[in-house]
Formats: sequence, C-alpha cells, structure tokens
Amino acid sequence: MANFADLHPPLSDHEALVAADRCYFCHDAPCMEACPTTIDIPLFIRQIATHTPEAAARTILTQNILGGMCARVCPVETLCEEACVRMSAEEQPVEIGRLQRFATDRLMAAGPQPFERAASTGKRIAVIGAGPAGLSCAHRLAMYGHEVTVYDARSKPGGLNEFGIASYKAVDGFAAREVEWLLGIGGITLELGKALGKDLSLDALTEEYDAVFLGLGLTDTNKLGIPGEELEGVVDAVDWIADLRQAEDLSTVPVGNDVVVIGGGMTAIDAAVQAKLLGAESVTLAYRRRREDMPASRFEQDLAASKGICLLFNATPAEIRGEGAVAEIEFTRTGTDARFTLTADQVMKAIGQKLGAALGLETDGRKIAVDGTGRTSREGVWAGGDCASGGEDLTVTAVAEGRDAAEDIHAKLMGEG
Amino acid sequence: MADLTTDFLGIKSPNPFWLASAPPTDKEYNVRRAFEAGWGGVVWKTLGEAGPPVVNVSGPRYGAIHGPDRRLLGLNNIELITDRPLEVNLEEIARVKADYPDRALVVSLMVPYDEKAWQEILARVEETNADGVELNFGCPHGMAERGMGSAVGQVPEYVEQITRWVKKHYQRPCIVKLTPNITNILAPARAAKNGGADAVSLINTINSITSVDLDNMAPEPTIDGMGTHGGYCGPAVKPIAMNMVAEIARSPDTAGLPISGIGGVTTWRDAAEFMALGAGNVQVCTAAMTYGFKVVQELISGLSQWMDEKGYGSTADFVGAAVPKVTDWQNLNLDYVTKAEIDQDLCIKCGRCYAACEDTSHQAIAMGEDRTFTVKDEECVACNLCVNVCPVEGCITMRELRPGELDPRTGMTIPEDKRTWLQHPNNPGADPLACIVRGQ
Repeated sequence: MANFADLHPPLSDHEALVAADRCYFCHDAPCMEACPTTIDIPLFIRQIATHTPEAAARTILTQNILGGMCARVCPVETLCEEACVRMSAEEQPVEIGRLQRFATDRLMAAGPQPFERAASTGKRIAVIGAGPAGLSCAHRLAMYGHEVTVYDARSKPGGLNEFGIASYKAVDGFAAREVEWLLGIGGITLELGKALGKDLSLDALTEEYDAVFLGLGLTDTNKLGIPGEELEGVVDAVDWIADLRQAEDLSTVPVGNDVVVIGGGMTAIDAAVQAKLLGAESVTLAYRRRREDMPASRFEQDLAASKGICLLFNATPAEIRGEGAVAEIEFTRTGTDARFTLTADQVMKAIGQKLGAALGLETDGRKIAVDGTGRTSREGVWAGGDCASGGEDLTVTAVAEGRDAAEDIHAKLMGEG
Repeated sequence: MADLTTDFLGIKSPNPFWLASAPPTDKEYNVRRAFEAGWGGVVWKTLGEAGPPVVNVSGPRYGAIHGPDRRLLGLNNIELITDRPLEVNLEEIARVKADYPDRALVVSLMVPYDEKAWQEILARVEETNADGVELNFGCPHGMAERGMGSAVGQVPEYVEQITRWVKKHYQRPCIVKLTPNITNILAPARAAKNGGADAVSLINTINSITSVDLDNMAPEPTIDGMGTHGGYCGPAVKPIAMNMVAEIARSPDTAGLPISGIGGVTTWRDAAEFMALGAGNVQVCTAAMTYGFKVVQELISGLSQWMDEKGYGSTADFVGAAVPKVTDWQNLNLDYVTKAEIDQDLCIKCGRCYAACEDTSHQAIAMGEDRTFTVKDEECVACNLCVNVCPVEGCITMRELRPGELDPRTGMTIPEDKRTWLQHPNNPGADPLACIVRGQ
C-alpha cells in the first residue's frame, strides 16, 4: 500500500556519498554525545565516505545492535541531528539517521550479524521481554558466551518494534527480519507466549537462572477517567496500532470516519497519521496542553499536519457521548470553563502507558527503580527499557539500557563487578 | 569595467585567459566554440612532424584526484600530441585565425632534435598566419620516450639549442614551455632566455600516478592491465606552478622574461595570483575540461570586478606586483608575532581546531565545558593550522601583535624594528653587534 511506504526512503549509493561528504569529523562530536547508545557517528560516516559501509555498520552495531531499527525510528531531530554542528552552520544537519540506515542495510543484506560468541561460560540468564531492551541485552550476553533464554508474552518477538512503531517507519517486515538476524549469533533461546505473572514467576526465574533481566515495557495504558470511556469505538491507540501492524490486509483494520486521538506523544501521532492513511475522513489530534509542551517533536507534528491531521492544543477531554457507540466527544479549553464538542465515531486514547506490575521491586515514580547499570532493588535482577526508571521512552534508550545491563551482568557473573 | 585587453609579446587578446595546448584546443570545432564562449586566445594542441600521425591509446587517458563532492582537484593524462594529420591541423589553424583576428592563436610544436625538422614545420606554421609558437618541452609521457617533450626540457643545452633554431627560422614570438619535472626551474628558464626565447610558459604537467586499481593491482588509467605515469595538472598543482613562476620572476638573471602562467588556474583569483607573481597572462586547461568553456565568463567578470575594486586600469598595472614580496626564508622578520583568534559568533563548535592543535601542534586551544574553543596566547605559535582546518571561512583569524605588546608565549615585547635570521643571536653566523645593540 503506497500510503504506508517508507517515511524516509533509503539513500542510494550516490546520495549516501554526498550526504557523508558533509560530515566535518568533529572532535568529541556533539552528535555522538546526543546518541543514547553513543555511536561513533563521525567514524561511521567517514567509513561510508571511504566506500566501506560494512565497516561503518560494525561501528554502529558495536554500540547498538538494533542500529537498523534505530536508524528508522529514532527521533533524530531531537537527538544526533539536532546536535550536528551543521545546524549551527546552516540549519541543515548531516543526515545521520539515513546514513546509519544505509550502512546497516548494506551489512544486513550482505549476510549474518557480524559478531562472534565467546567460549561458553556456562552461565544462564533469563531475559523477560523480546523488545529492544531485552534483545539488546540478550545479544550482548550471548556475545560474552552466556546462555540466554528470552521470554515474551506475545506470539512474536520484537516488542514495540513489531507491535508499536508506525508501519511506515519499518516497512517490509523489517522488525521481524532484524530479530532473526540478531538471533543469528546463537546462544539465545526464544520462549514465546509466556508472560511473567501468569506463566512465569520472578521467584522461580531467579532460582533457575544466574541472572534475570526485565525488559517488560509498559503493558498497561492510562485511562481518561471520564464518562463514556466504555463506549464502543473508544480504543487504546497502542492496541489499535498493534492490530494494524499484524494485519494481513490493511483494509480490515477498523477505522472511523471522524477519528479523534487523545494524547501528545509519538503513539498519538503514529495512531493519528495511520488512521488518516487508512482512509479516515477527518482526524483530530487533541492534546491537553500547549504545543511547546507536546512530547512529540516538531518534525512529528509537522508530519501529522502534512497528512491533513488537525492538531488541537489546550483541549482536555470531558465526556464521550453516544448511543452504545461513540458519536461525539466534549472538551474543555484547558484551565477554563469553555467547552466544545467534536463529532467522533472513533476515539483513540494515547495518554501514556504504565507498568503492569512492579513484581515486588522498588519503584521510582511509575517505573521499576534501577541504578546506572540497571540493577533493581532485588539481587540478581536487572531491568531496562520503558519499564525501568531513567532515560526517555525511546527504542534507542532501551537498546542502551539493555546493553549496559548486559555488561554489568557479565561483570558480576564473571566476578568483576 | 576594467580593460582586460592584454598585450603579450605584441600578441593582443581581449583578455588574459588563453586555453593551454591540450585536448580542448585539438581542432577547429573546439577552438571555435572556445572563441565564441569568450576565451582570449588558444595555444593549439601540439603539432608533430609531417607523415603518419602519432597513435594514442584507445583505453582511458585520464586519471583523477577528487575532493569533497567529487570536485576534480587533480587530473592526469597519458594522451600524446595531436593524432590528426599535420595538413588538417594547419588548414584549420589558418581558417580559425582568419575568422578571429582579434584572438590570440599560438601553435604548440614538438619535433625531433634536428634543425631541419624545426625549420620545416616553422615554415608551414608561418603560412597559417598564427601569432606565434610555443615549444613543447614539457610533455612527460610517451613523447619523452622518443627524445622529445620533457626529455628536451630536462636538458638545458637542448632547450637553448632548439630555441636558437626556432628564432633563426621563425619571425614571430617564440614561447618556451617548461617542464616542472626538474630540480631547479631556473636552469631551463635561463637556457630558453639564452636561446633567445621571447617568453617562457609554465608549468607543463607533473609526472604522476593518480591511483592504483587495487583489484587488478595496476596503476590507473589502466590500459589492458598495465599503466604508466601521466602528466598531472589541475587545482592540485597550482602551488607548485606558482612557486616556479615566482622563482623565474624574481631571479636576477631571468627577471623580466615574459611568463605565461599555467597550472591549475580555475577561478579569476587563481589568474590574478599567477599574474601578481609575474605572469603576463594565464593558460587554462583543466577548469575548461571539468566545467566546459563557459567558465571563462566567471574569469572575466571576477577579474574585472577585482580590478575595478582595486583601481587597476589594465592587467599590466598589477602583473608582477607581488614579486618584490617573494623572498628567501632568511629575510623573514622573526620578531613578527600573530595570535589566532576565534570568532565565537561564527564558531559552529566542531572542534577541529582543537583536535588539530592538541594532537598535532602546540596545545594552544582550550575546550570549555560547553564546547567553547579559545586560544591560549601563551601557547600559540601562530602556525595557522587552526585557520586552515576550520570549516567556516573567516571564523579563525590571525591578530598581529603591535610593537610594544607583550607576547605571553615568549615574554618578549614586540620591538619597533625587525630582526631576521641574519641578525638573530641563535644564528652562529649572525653579527653579534646587532644583538648587543638590541640589549640581548
């Protein structure tokens, strides 16, 4: 479906060379500092410029094994590319994200993941959640020679890469291909359809394994807490996106004519844009605060606007009305008594997700409390990604946290930490 | 608008931009296009003896060095002199000269080391009414193996002898084109002058291998698996060419010998620089081969604008103006001190100045917490490397310390007078009195 084609199409060889040429090879590069996984960006771009994209990919993947996905989904406009000195120079950053994709695509097309396993250590580690944090952690542990079992409640691995990212950011089943490629390192067993709290218990896992890493993500969604929330046609945006991502035929995905998305983050944008692309006549994205408070980047906001989505700010949902199914939604102007009503036959809630269960671990705000290396309050249990405290809820942050926890687990198990 | 009309050896041209003897001037079709585009003159591609023409390779003739964005910085070639029959060339030269009497048309020549051979071809050239001849003593490949081109240019005695023959048998101006593939350019320049040359032109191309095919392990351009050195030209050779031009312009025994400057002229500024160093005009090849003949429009407009800004009425007003400033190292003022200064408003915080200075120079740039880069005057030796590596033009500049100011690096107060190596106390051969007078 053309509507769902690549948001940022891949660079051709020529385009990549021209784009790479613009990198200044900065000292102690600001882009690198701005990357949660601290990829050596100037080095990998120089490697592209000198016709060794495979070496560039190794530079990327050494820091970030999901560099292929991150090249597609990272909000580079608020990370590496925002920090690029070319922004000061001419407000046109080096296209770091697309160059990263160029290099990783090249290496992935050429063959298997490029890292080798060390000799077996005999240590066994359970990773809960096959999302970015869990996969990153598992790969790094496998590389060090540990035996890793990755459990996931869903029937497919990938976590939000597979179920959450907007489909035009990861076309052609990239998420699934990347997981398969990553598992090529060996030493990782995948156990799907097994949920912590149902099929697994933390006590049993800590008993059975030398270490446990939790990369559970955020499994519950926040509620609006207003009348009418139970009406038919009121859905959680994350569930709707997950259904869309798994749909064999996009025309079967239920989408209203007048869609109202409540929220201001990336999920809200992803849901709104995809609803429009699926054929909704009008899509309104309603956010309760000011534009400058919106978590979604200006790039994402502009993307939504360019697709014909109406962005509404300072709009607090008050009541959803309808006879059995949603027909309209009433808002107040945030902080005032002024009210207005929008016609809606579908309302998508994208007002944030939260931890399903804290599993008896200490929490920090809404999340599992961890220290800088991912250690939780329980001995032998690490956590990272969206379920853990610290960092933004981004794929790239999850990858960094999974990797760093793996380093700490390895050091601990090998008696160095 | 400044008057760009140039008189070089009595040969008039509407501007000082000539196309050098090379592929762009090999035939009537190209030369007419060049004149229509506005070139002031051409040196027709080198003619050889009558008889069967030379044969060129039919594989790649050019190799290249690229800068960012595949800008062509250097080009080399293994092409020989014209491979078209002498008669055809002569007919075309006569026709073109008749149609473009206001343009300069000089004919490049290369025949064996034999007076009769030169006499014969000069007679034929004379019939075309061309404005003069240029003796190709520079081609470093192919023809040199047959005792011509740079094989002549590298032996001053041959240069002088052939020049004498040419002056004896030809009445119009004779330009001797010099090869840079020699240790001291003054030797062939002197020889040309002694032989009676009206001018020298330089540089011809430099012996070079531009690249190696790492799959086939052969130099490029590769001809059926083998390669040979070619003649290097283009922007990359400009510094080498300008030094040789300046050496001839400032050397007492060659000073005053007219020079046609060649070597990487790409923009009006390049031309102005060559001319400031003593070239009466310039010859261009690679820029035209890279961008087409239209580049001459920028050469003309740029030189005119600059001359207007500087108040130069004609090119003769600035030809050689920089020659008195070219000197030997020992005459440089060692008490002259500058310090790098970074314009914080222009700085984009890339840190290249810091990396260059910290890793490879004098640790004279400080990097602040917020990536603010500042110069440490007490360490800065004013080497200029930071200026050169900075990607933003004008961001880092050199400030001159005035007499009376303290140089925090040396603790020396800048004196009113100047001191060169010849007066310096560290120079074992210097005059000790000079130091005593200064209180050192």
